[in-house]
Amino acid sequence: MIGIVDYNAGNLFSVINSLRFLGFQVRILKSPAELAGIDRLILPGVGSFGAAIANLQRSGFSDAVIEWIASGRPFLGICLGLQLLFETSEESDGIRGLSVLKGSVRKFRTNKVPQIGWNLGRVFGKSALAESLGDEYYYFVHSYYVCPEEEIALLKTEYSVEFVSGIQKDNIVAVQFHPEKSSYAGLKFLKNWVELC
Amino acid sequence: MLTKRIIPCLDVFEGRVVKGVNFRNLEDIGDPVELARYYNDEGADELVFLDVGASYKSRNLMLDVVNAVSQVVFIPISVGGGIRTVEDIRSALLAGADKVSFCTAALERPELIREGAKIFGSQCIVLSVDARKEGERYVAYKYGGRERSDWDVIRWIRYAESLGCGEVLLNSIDRDGTKEGYDLELLKTVSESAGVPVIASGGAGRLHQIYEAFSEGKADAALVASIVHKKEFRIRDIKLYLKDKGINVRL
Repeated sequence: MIGIVDYNAGNLFSVINSLRFLGFQVRILKSPAELAGIDRLILPGVGSFGAAIANLQRSGFSDAVIEWIASGRPFLGICLGLQLLFETSEESDGIRGLSVLKGSVRKFRTNKVPQIGWNLGRVFGKSALAESLGDEYYYFVHSYYVCPEEEIALLKTEYSVEFVSGIQKDNIVAVQFHPEKSSYAGLKFLKNWVELC
Repeated sequence: MLTKRIIPCLDVFEGRVVKGVNFRNLEDIGDPVELARYYNDEGADELVFLDVGASYKSRNLMLDVVNAVSQVVFIPISVGGGIRTVEDIRSALLAGADKVSFCTAALERPELIREGAKIFGSQCIVLSVDARKEGERYVAYKYGGRERSDWDVIRWIRYAESLGCGEVLLNSIDRDGTKEGYDLELLKTVSESAGVPVIASGGAGRLHQIYEAFSEGKADAALVASIVHKKEFRIRDIKLYLKDKGINVRL
């Protein structure tokens, strides 16, 4: 059973639909108490870094997510769910992220912001997941990108700068794009995450 | 590099896809779910559904359509037509849309843009602009091109951006459905002054016109309707043509 954290940060509709379409069982989690019976966790999210951290704290999910990740069970962050794993973001001064990963989140300084549309995710990692993917176009909507301090890039993408569009470290996989909105490439990504991670 | 998007526009009337010229003479094109699936397989980058029915019944049927499509097709879906309130935005998003577009409602009450962006995020607020040329300038129209507003198009878009709209869907009333090509002058002026992506709409009938929307018009995306609905060209052909001409597209 895949659990999707619902902390009031956007529409979960397509994440749920895409996973169900692939034949996976999905449950929406309104509180950490509902984590029982879940074996994979997805943290989606759109909106601002600071507001999302506040919502995670209010719902008790910030500690629960940190514990989940520490326990070694499979975790997938999507969009803001990637950025929240880091320590700080230029979007919300003075707000500390979940800090599961070392690094910061920066704003694009050139081109039109937000980046909206399909861009190429080039495979960087050497894992089974990385090798299963191939370079594919994914759908992005974001103004900020992550700058990890460790070598954990799974995918890289270019938008005025080359940035890390996907990371993988131990049981953590997280991506900046929306696999649930990236047609066949996105469905393949989700399917491979379940099968290989 | 970010690719240029090709977006089929499906005008929906009481649950069926239709197409008219200059917003008139509707013609049945087919079943929305079937068409959505077909365009996704063809490589459409996004889908736009416009409810042209303007009735309570047509609107609800439209939301059913969006709901059905969003369960089988996984690309961004945008919904427009008859969106007037924050509640309308919410119901479209809950039905499975990723974005909403509105034209008349924004001109009559620009605050709707701010409210929508604040609650749901700028990324899902698309300002639809129906522009008509008047002498040397372009004026924004409402009610499907039937009523003139006092807004100059460039000023209107700048203001809407300041309120939080995330994209602009720019339609030329003069060119809509004519196949004479996008209004490149309008498109270029808007694309160069806007800080958000601009989707060109209204008038595509030939491949080179779509190319020009990107090369000369500097658009970020192109909306296509008649050219693909009547199967004169397939989306894949359009993209192959663009790629051959040096435009970066997703294939």
